[in-house]
Amino acid sequence: MADRTAASRRGLSEEVAGAGGHQIVERVPSDRQWLWRLISFAVVFGGWEIAGRIPVSPSFPTFSATIVALGEMLLDGTLAGAYAETVQPLILGMLLCSVMAVLFGVGMGLSRTVEWFSLPIFIILQAAPMAALIPLITFLYGIGLTAKVVAVMLMSAPIIVLNSYKGIRNTSPSLLDMSRSFMATRRQQIVKIILPSASGLIFAGLRLGVAAGVTGVVLAELLITPTGVGDLITYYRSVAEYPHMFASILSIIIFSSVAVTLLQRAETALFRPET
Amino acid sequence: MLNTVLSARNGQASGTPEAAVQVEGIGKRYPGGVEALKDVTLDFPAGELTTLLGPSGCGKTTLLKIIAGLLDPSKGQIRVKGKQVHGPGPDRAFVFQDFALMPWATVLRNVAFGLELRGVAKAEREATARKYITEVGLTGFEQSYPHELSGGMRQRVGVARALAVDADILLMDEPFASIDEQTRRKLQEDLLQLLQIEKKTVIFVTHSIEEAVYVSDQIVLLSRRPGTVSRIIRPNLDHSTDLEAARRDKAYLDCVDEIWQTLKQYLV
Repeated sequence: MADRTAASRRGLSEEVAGAGGHQIVERVPSDRQWLWRLISFAVVFGGWEIAGRIPVSPSFPTFSATIVALGEMLLDGTLAGAYAETVQPLILGMLLCSVMAVLFGVGMGLSRTVEWFSLPIFIILQAAPMAALIPLITFLYGIGLTAKVVAVMLMSAPIIVLNSYKGIRNTSPSLLDMSRSFMATRRQQIVKIILPSASGLIFAGLRLGVAAGVTGVVLAELLITPTGVGDLITYYRSVAEYPHMFASILSIIIFSSVAVTLLQRAETALFRPET
Repeated sequence: MLNTVLSARNGQASGTPEAAVQVEGIGKRYPGGVEALKDVTLDFPAGELTTLLGPSGCGKTTLLKIIAGLLDPSKGQIRVKGKQVHGPGPDRAFVFQDFALMPWATVLRNVAFGLELRGVAKAEREATARKYITEVGLTGFEQSYPHELSGGMRQRVGVARALAVDADILLMDEPFASIDEQTRRKLQEDLLQLLQIEKKTVIFVTHSIEEAVYVSDQIVLLSRRPGTVSRIIRPNLDHSTDLEAARRDKAYLDCVDEIWQTLKQYLV
């Protein structure tokens, strides 16, 4: 009996998904998905290898040389030491910034007053070339940890704030009408409708914010004081060890992608029961 | 055959006990100057299904939202069971054209949502929700999410949610408009069956003449914007014996035709 219900249920929902779902992209079987991803990487890295062998520039190493250098740096602890330094301002900045920026964005979405007061600032901040502001940070906060934390926050805050704000404003008007018609208080409306509905865009903002924060910390390490990964890049460039320099850069890209992916996994596991 | 009441004013002494909802001199002008409704006065008899029918843009949905308390009228007042109301109330429940289901919540939570907002304990509100989920024919889908359901099934959830709060008045805003024709017919039949169990006063907005004639006790034809009451028609179909037969009834066909003749003049 229970089996039959489950089976008929599955049948129905499959039918539904087939009939009602607007299929924008063609479906690819899951084993082929991996194949296409591998091909994508192979094309990029293959192109890199060829470009390095021509070479397009004497300072452009091949992919294989870069990977060898990356392996060396992993094994001798150079990378671990550098990242131990780099993640400090990054984590500190992201923790401070994500809480405040989400609250600020949500506040802007919920209140016209907060919106008029602060929306222009964040739109300008997002449009402004942040790298140009880094010398100003040094002027105000010196060259220590504080300056780097500020750089991380300046880079990531506008994206997180604006995404949270958009998330709140994008709440479906009919869901708002629905909650009003069932006599939700303003508090219930915010907690039970607006925030869950905005959470997707808020988390997207956090992911973009982490990526921007990584940019911020690397900029700070390149422009303020050479520490961590920024120091590695600067050092290897100065001694013309280009494979190591590119390996450092590659490691940041990997680091940032992994961080963003982990954040997405966490979001799906914790907040998306429907998927 | 058709009992047509030509004037909306007749028999409208305010305070008539059998009127569940009274609309008195309602006018609505949107900011920007669009006049959606002009001096609409109407009674909605208790226990009956009344349809608001009219050309698109005639203010049917506006009127329904004013009755729901989701919009404020510019003029006039709404009385529910004789008492003037401002804003939404526990006596009215709304069914939305786009279903307005929370995509992050299961069918069970969606149906129980009105009770959740009222602070009803979880076990109690879920028991109530399960009862109505069964009533609308969605047993087995309690733990499904809206995106796993078809349009027709989603609107069944919407109907169950409205029933679960036990309001006497059901406000349905083109509830079946975004559902395919075959499913819509089934939903219309199921709605009529459901209303035989649940004695509700229903105010139903639609732009489909066939749907209006099939489900209604009373049809209110609205004129083009600014909407005013043009005619009130009672189809007098007999649904008690056979739900299917009503669609072949001569009274049904005549009524559809008569409404079409009236509405045609409002089309450009």
